Amino acid sequence: MSDAISTAQPAGGSPKIASISEAVIRIAGNSQDGIQAIGGFLARLAGRSEQEVMTFMTIPATISGGPSIFQVRIGSGEVLSSGDEADVLLCFYQHSYEEHVGSLKKGGIVLYDSDHVTEIKPEWADKYHHVGVPISSRTVEAIGGTGKDKGKNIFSLGLIARMFDLNQPKLEKLITERFGGKDESIVKNALTCFHAGYSNQIQGLLETYRFADAQKKDRHQIVMNGNEALGYGLLAAGVRFGAGYPITPWSDIMELLRRELPKYGGTFVQTEDEIAAISMALGASWAGRVAVTGSSGPGISLKTEALGWAVMAEMPLVVVDVQRGGPSTGMPTNIEQSDLNIACFGGHGDSPRVVIAPANVEDCFYMAIEAVNIARKYSVPVIILSDQGIATRIEAFDEPNLEKVCQDISPDLTPVADHKPYDLTVPDGITRHVTPGTFVASGKYPVVTGLEHDELGHPTGSPKLHLAMNAKRRNKLRRLAAELPVPAVYGAKEGTVLMVGWGSTQGPIQEAVAKAREAGHAVSSIHLKHVNPLPNGLENIFAGFNHVIVVEMTDEGLYGHGQLASLLRGRYADPKIKAVTKADGLTWKVKDILDRVQAFLPTR
Amino acid sequence: MSSPAIPFEVLARTGKANATVALPTDAERKGLTKKEIAADHPTWCPGCGDFSVLALYYKLIEKRKMHHEKVTTVAGIGCSSRFPYFVQAHGAHFIHGRALAFASGVSLSRPDLHVFTFSGDGDAFSIGGNHFNHTARKNVKMTFIVMDNMVYGLTKKQTSPTSPIGFKSKTDTWGAVDRPINPIKQAIAAGATFVARTTHTNPNHLLQMMEAAMDHDGFSFIQCLSECVEFYAGAFDNSNPRKGGAFDLVPADHDVTDEYAAYRLADNIHPGKFGIFYKAPRPTKNALEAKINADARSKTGGLKDWQLLQKSFDRLK
Repeated sequence: MSDAISTAQPAGGSPKIASISEAVIRIAGNSQDGIQAIGGFLARLAGRSEQEVMTFMTIPATISGGPSIFQVRIGSGEVLSSGDEADVLLCFYQHSYEEHVGSLKKGGIVLYDSDHVTEIKPEWADKYHHVGVPISSRTVEAIGGTGKDKGKNIFSLGLIARMFDLNQPKLEKLITERFGGKDESIVKNALTCFHAGYSNQIQGLLETYRFADAQKKDRHQIVMNGNEALGYGLLAAGVRFGAGYPITPWSDIMELLRRELPKYGGTFVQTEDEIAAISMALGASWAGRVAVTGSSGPGISLKTEALGWAVMAEMPLVVVDVQRGGPSTGMPTNIEQSDLNIACFGGHGDSPRVVIAPANVEDCFYMAIEAVNIARKYSVPVIILSDQGIATRIEAFDEPNLEKVCQDISPDLTPVADHKPYDLTVPDGITRHVTPGTFVASGKYPVVTGLEHDELGHPTGSPKLHLAMNAKRRNKLRRLAAELPVPAVYGAKEGTVLMVGWGSTQGPIQEAVAKAREAGHAVSSIHLKHVNPLPNGLENIFAGFNHVIVVEMTDEGLYGHGQLASLLRGRYADPKIKAVTKADGLTWKVKDILDRVQAFLPTR
Repeated sequence: MSSPAIPFEVLARTGKANATVALPTDAERKGLTKKEIAADHPTWCPGCGDFSVLALYYKLIEKRKMHHEKVTTVAGIGCSSRFPYFVQAHGAHFIHGRALAFASGVSLSRPDLHVFTFSGDGDAFSIGGNHFNHTARKNVKMTFIVMDNMVYGLTKKQTSPTSPIGFKSKTDTWGAVDRPINPIKQAIAAGATFVARTTHTNPNHLLQMMEAAMDHDGFSFIQCLSECVEFYAGAFDNSNPRKGGAFDLVPADHDVTDEYAAYRLADNIHPGKFGIFYKAPRPTKNALEAKINADARSKTGGLKDWQLLQKSFDRLK
């Protein structure tokens, strides 16, 4: 909100209106206050107004209650991250005020519920602009009845709408859509709360704000979080069977698939455990159509034996891993990228598999489709590494052309003369399976197995065949590597530091690049979406820089290189590859990245 | 990114799999012979009870005029679980204990296939115990045959979950001390809708049970005693008339729909009774899921898949 372009003094002595290009609003309360709903409405409104938006939320790992925040950054220009510092803090309680006032930028606005926030700290009174509104009691006044202060989130949305001159009819429509279909009185109450908030005169507010017009987008914007995008992506990809076991933060995806798949004639099974989930998905994959399973944290560990079978039997499968803080039960509602190693290497024996990592919500949609395509084409399990941050964050992106994007992956049951699934003479080296139900005229039927096997899938102890089959399973992924796009360099192609990221950290890394370049430093970045196998040609990019610095959310590890830098050092044997890591369960701040990368920049 | 980096592509089938073959009509198809059904020669020890189960599986396919491609043979790990290699049918040799979960994935996505799952006592009741309970309670349509030899054979004589107390093994040299599982009671308690018991020494009875299991619409479980001549010889002599034992059938007046009567009948399993202990109609998970789908589809108004997804997306704008 720093770049107020112009201010105008409206008649009647009301606050001035400042034109702004972006704003970061942090809402802090408890998990049952419905603060995600406020954030959700703001994000959706931004999408409908062709603005860019990114959100960030924390949820307590407790069963019910506990402090929770939702931060939303809305901009008329490019929004890469959810923002280091907030312009406005809306806080419902004394503890939310004290805990989060530090996230405000100097001169920022504290909008607080004066029914609960009773003590304004003198040392903060000068630093921030405090504005109190008795949110709880005004909400009760507005709707009356026995609902107590339920609805104060929508009242607050009204306050924010007034403060930022947001489009009132659009918000009313969103509220009506959200609560429509339920009891009519619920929509009525919600709108009453909203209007009460909107018409509430905020005493002491110096300015209100208006977003500059956003650039016209070619397509409609669609607004969702990463878990939704992954789930819908799988549907678009043609997946019609899934199996899973509930675990945070993966559960949203299985809930979505369980709810949606029947409409498409598909099935999602909630299984007795994680192992059954991957086993059942593999059964369905073998039965003819790439299936999906997924999990988080410990659930991924449980799946590794069956994953090894999928590698050995060369069975296509998509495994979604929504990473959280580990090891063990770890930090279930926090963010970490520490599953990279288990995704790439987890399991006994040599078991090459594919690992891909979406960098934003839009990627989640398209990379779900990509995962299915890779699994099918290369007969291999594909792991999609998402994380808690991307799973729960809401973004707006161009609406996909679904008619073009949706695929049909129905099994082919055409009879065949003869068939060997593990044929070593196939020129491209890639296994083809025929689906059960397929007639084989030779009368020789294939077996899929976890034992080392001959070309028909029958067990063998032959050292020669073990070598040949290991090579077959490995070489097909080398073939895939050649097909993968080389990531584009963000910034100049030569310089002092190349930052390398993967997964949900793309926004803060690119923002750090932009800031460093503004300060005159030769810093660029690349973002890896294909982690295993790596695309070919990264070494050519690395050659243009003095330092290759991997930025990731893992512990530095025994040897100081985190997980991705260790992998890259193993691959390129290049000592200029180093890591800056952190594993505190929180997302990277742009400022932290800049501070840590400073060590590799020339002093001036 | 506005499209997947790897596009949709179907690799052409290779070699003879690429040649066009016509599917023979039912009239052109004679029933399969044993020779056409048999694949690899079994690797079991001479005299193993599993030979008899395999021979009667061939017989079942032959007698019921099943087609190769419609039969799926799924197994976990253990001596018994080598089954898929010995049968000319689409087969899957999965990991230890998880064959039922794998087979459920096949059954639930392909109603056109017969799903037969083979397992042993360790695979089914020890490492796979959880899946046994849940596949039974969900009533997933398939036939599950457990060859129970009451010992770990493939790993050479350790105590199994069905080894009787006092059985001397390499892990209980003084004799097993842990109470064994009663598979029939467990299956009934878990909610299996078809529970039968048979033995490898009575081929006619074994085939009869297999046929009844196959015809049952639901999860059909057969405990088949199958002697391990190497590590637990003579285990089932007391149920073999040729060895001086008694082959006692489930009484003709037993009500197979009476869960409690079935449970009581399973009290003594050494040697115990043989036949169908419990059989009751209950909707399969396959049918329940199909109903959920039919209900959901009836509300979609015949839209194409992409149009359905578009409707969801329209709500996310």
